[in-house]
Amino acid sequence: MKLSNVVEKLSLEVKTGKNNLQNNVTGVYISDLLSDVMGNSKDGNIWITLQTHLNIVAVAGLKNLSGIIIVGNRQLQEDVLQKAEAEKITVMSTPLTAFEVAGKLYQLLNG
Amino acid sequence: MPLNTNEITEGDFQIIGGNFTNAGEASMQMKAKLTELGIDEATIRRAAIATFEAEMNVIIYAAAGRLRYYITAHNITIKLEDMGPGIENIELAMQEGYSTAPDWVREMGWGAGMGLPNMKKNSDEFKIDSVVGEGTSVEMIINFS
Repeated sequence: MKLSNVVEKLSLEVKTGKNNLQNNVTGVYISDLLSDVMGNSKDGNIWITLQTHLNIVAVAGLKNLSGIIIVGNRQLQEDVLQKAEAEKITVMSTPLTAFEVAGKLYQLLNG
Repeated sequence: MPLNTNEITEGDFQIIGGNFTNAGEASMQMKAKLTELGIDEATIRRAAIATFEAEMNVIIYAAAGRLRYYITAHNITIKLEDMGPGIENIELAMQEGYSTAPDWVREMGWGAGMGLPNMKKNSDEFKIDSVVGEGTSVEMIINFS
């Protein structure tokens, strides 16, 4: 499934990396521990998290993740957005909780 | 692209403790270099994880550190030396889940006690030496398949 489908079905707000919406989504990883994501996420995964600081961009870039979904309407600082844009990382935002996003994505990817 | 056996590619980075802004700079540069050399993706992934965790350890715990890498036809060696507090009990520090990170670092999602284990897990050879009050040095070798 393409990232653009996910954005549309979950009504996500795309904050950065609008040019990467054709990325293939291989699955989802949910964690707020960055070393856990480094160790256990897979290429092309969407990462669901409430972390919003600068290091999420490096993690997503190093692990070739297809995008980051920030849950709970958490706001991102301008420097994070700039870094994400520069590194071509797609950061998306939603008012939904991690549980709600996960449920919807599970149905979407396994339905 | 086959690598020239005699050629060594190097990288050398200064890492400043507490500077979370530049975290990942060495790892990303190294990843780009390995990609350029045509190294397989699984190996690049292991090197990226190991190097990034090493960078984070300097940023979280040390005043400063130096990260160097050497790429040959057969492997990549990543060397890290820091001016940090040192590790009192290396065996304990290597245990998954053990961490001495302060709360504010944990709130950022670091300090889960996975850094050193991740580094070891993704290396073919892993050496660590530490002197309390002086610093820690780590050497990791990842073989190309």
